[in-house]
Amino acid sequence: MALRFEVVGRFKRARAAQLTLPHFECQTPLFMPVGTQGTIKGLTTNQLEDIGCQIILGNTYHLALRPTSELIDELGGLHKFMNWPRALLTDSGGFQMVSLLHLADITEKGVTFQSPVDGKPMLLTPEESIQIQNRIGADIIMALDDVVKTTITGPRIEEAMYRTLRWIDRCIAAHKRPHEQNLFGIVQGGLDPVLRDICVRGLVDRNLPGYAIGGLAGGEDKDSFWRVVAQCTAALPGDKPRYVMGVGYPLDIVVCSALGADMYDCVYPTRTARFGTALVPEGVLKLKHNAMAKDTRPIDPTCACMVCKNYTRAYIHSLVTKDAMGSQLLSYHNLYYMMQLSRNLHSSIVEGKFPEFVCNFLQKMFPKGDVPEWVCNAMEVAEIDISSCCAPFRKD
Amino acid sequence: MKFAVKAFSNGTARAGVLHLDSVATAIDTPSLLLSTRKGLPLFISPDLLSSLPSPDSRLLHVSPLHFLEGLSVKTISKIGGLHQLVGLHDRGFVAFPRDSIQCLPEATAANKTGASFETPCGRLLIKPAEYMEMISSMKPELWATLADEVPAWVSNKRNKTSVDRTIKWLDECIALSPANGAVFGAIVGGSSLEERQRCAQEAATRNVSGYWIGGFGLAESMDERPALLNAVTEALPEEKPRLICGLGLPEEILQGVAAGVDLFESTYIYHLTLEGFALTFPLERTRINGSNLAPNDAGIDPRKINLRATVFRKDTTPIVEGCTCYTCQNHTRAYINHLLNVHEMLAQILLEIHNTHHFLGFFRLIREAIKAGRFEEFRKDFVRSRYDHLVEEGSERVLLAR
Repeated sequence: MALRFEVVGRFKRARAAQLTLPHFECQTPLFMPVGTQGTIKGLTTNQLEDIGCQIILGNTYHLALRPTSELIDELGGLHKFMNWPRALLTDSGGFQMVSLLHLADITEKGVTFQSPVDGKPMLLTPEESIQIQNRIGADIIMALDDVVKTTITGPRIEEAMYRTLRWIDRCIAAHKRPHEQNLFGIVQGGLDPVLRDICVRGLVDRNLPGYAIGGLAGGEDKDSFWRVVAQCTAALPGDKPRYVMGVGYPLDIVVCSALGADMYDCVYPTRTARFGTALVPEGVLKLKHNAMAKDTRPIDPTCACMVCKNYTRAYIHSLVTKDAMGSQLLSYHNLYYMMQLSRNLHSSIVEGKFPEFVCNFLQKMFPKGDVPEWVCNAMEVAEIDISSCCAPFRKD
Repeated sequence: MKFAVKAFSNGTARAGVLHLDSVATAIDTPSLLLSTRKGLPLFISPDLLSSLPSPDSRLLHVSPLHFLEGLSVKTISKIGGLHQLVGLHDRGFVAFPRDSIQCLPEATAANKTGASFETPCGRLLIKPAEYMEMISSMKPELWATLADEVPAWVSNKRNKTSVDRTIKWLDECIALSPANGAVFGAIVGGSSLEERQRCAQEAATRNVSGYWIGGFGLAESMDERPALLNAVTEALPEEKPRLICGLGLPEEILQGVAAGVDLFESTYIYHLTLEGFALTFPLERTRINGSNLAPNDAGIDPRKINLRATVFRKDTTPIVEGCTCYTCQNHTRAYINHLLNVHEMLAQILLEIHNTHHFLGFFRLIREAIKAGRFEEFRKDFVRSRYDHLVEEGSERVLLAR
């Protein structure tokens, strides 16, 4: 174990905590931007610090391809290579293999796939994934799991869940740096509560430094999504961090935090920036729209970031999707927004104002009171009263 | 705007001082204007801009044509002009339409009513009245009048017409001058010494704060350029600043300085950055000569490195040891090599920062050489240093290549 996790505030299931990692002392709940290839697209490490990023993700699959984990290791690890003084997390490489690669096949040995470089068959085993991540040197590393889409049904899900448990033991055995890097296990099991339960118990038995809830954020309906998160957060130990993988919409993060999750990652804020979409309290603002060409207001008048303090929607409109600067400025704002959301979640829980924060958040996003039913249901389970932001349901 | 010449070297090269209301410190010349797109650098975001040397980096070139795709004159006025628009209050904006990267003059499409430019929005005809509308809404500190620039190969008749039009538009633009902002009279004349002189003489009689020298970097040869430049500057009053557009390479900048030009717009940084190059020639006050440069194989340019090259894969040194730019203080050649290989935007950001920093250092050397009275010596050394290692190899073919 190379981390300390101390809960410093609670509201029902929600918790605010201090997560101390080898490279940085973090405050949860927190959002982790994705720096796929050893960089967050268009932003410097200086800017990421200014914005308040605490942990960044690196993608093992991409880094193993270029510049290779051996080179990163030789040059002192990814922190040194990209000059990021704070915390890093790497995923196992498994997800990209399954989602990006043609003809990826999963067997008990590992994930066999066609090398994107020369087409030759290659195999990523749990051992290999951990070795690559050991070389990259992130503070948190992820076990190789057998991940299936939640839209799939049938025996494949059960097979994947049991295999994930068998693979965690191989990952643990292969892990050479447990005192510097924290190996997180990933709960699988699709949308089946029985399978999820078995998986949670199996992982908790291994006494890992932290746990992730995987296999979600892949197209399942929201009602199923929150129920799986709720079940897992209830069953996972309270004194260890809980990471919901792939979750990035602000609304989803607020709900999951209410249910007791601590960490999130997603490409959404930076990717949507490159398409000209800004994150705002009301939801999103599409800066490409012609109406923006005359709008001399800032993107978000309540945002304190450099972009909102200095630029109008009209100016950003003239840049987006045409000039690199447009991507940069919008990515900057969107990440600032996510970091501010993280800070607000943490501080509102610590200050005992979490329900007020949630209501405020929902009121801005749903001014007509049309909060989606799944959110209402989830908040009920989270024991947060949001009746003040919901228009009464009409049963027509 | 206030400008004064402080020192001469070798007759015509001069060091001066420029004062602009928006810039707290005086700017020493010869100086470089940083290229922008819609008012901001291509890759260096505003918070990183402040890490560049100051006040060297305070002059920004803006082309009003950039705003034609997506931002109306009315909206710019409503926002309050360039400073408000791009959130940079302590910089000096210099506006002229030609942007040697993407808004190039199209001489065949110009006519008596306006100048033509090839832009990302297509070919545009810009008339003096609409140009002045753009200038009035943008409120730059300095701006040039509209010119009809022609390439070196046009007929004498077309060249003469370009001078006639440019002078006419100069007067029309001045008549529509906004209250603030200093106007620079445009001078063209192609490759004709007489026309260059004629245009300059006309401009010299107008009530302008300085001169914008256009029509260069449009296929004239480097050999014929000095005479043309001198034909212009000799006809201009000494005490007013001269700005030139279209000289990109360091050697071309030196040609301009030798002829008495004070301000330069250059695409050098842009091309270097896009192609993965980083400037590495030494910037110490010592004379630049072949022995200062790292030993190289024949054919490798000692001035710059291409960070895409595999030789840099594991190079954990900064681009230039001792360089104080953000890039060299924070990142290694290996990291930039990786970023270039995976096509990440951060590569261009880091390269534009370093290259701008380094190129500004080159201008500092020019100024120091002028003030020490040794500009020609500096210039000869600099030009020769490029070829020293090649001369040793005895390869004339390589010498002629640039």
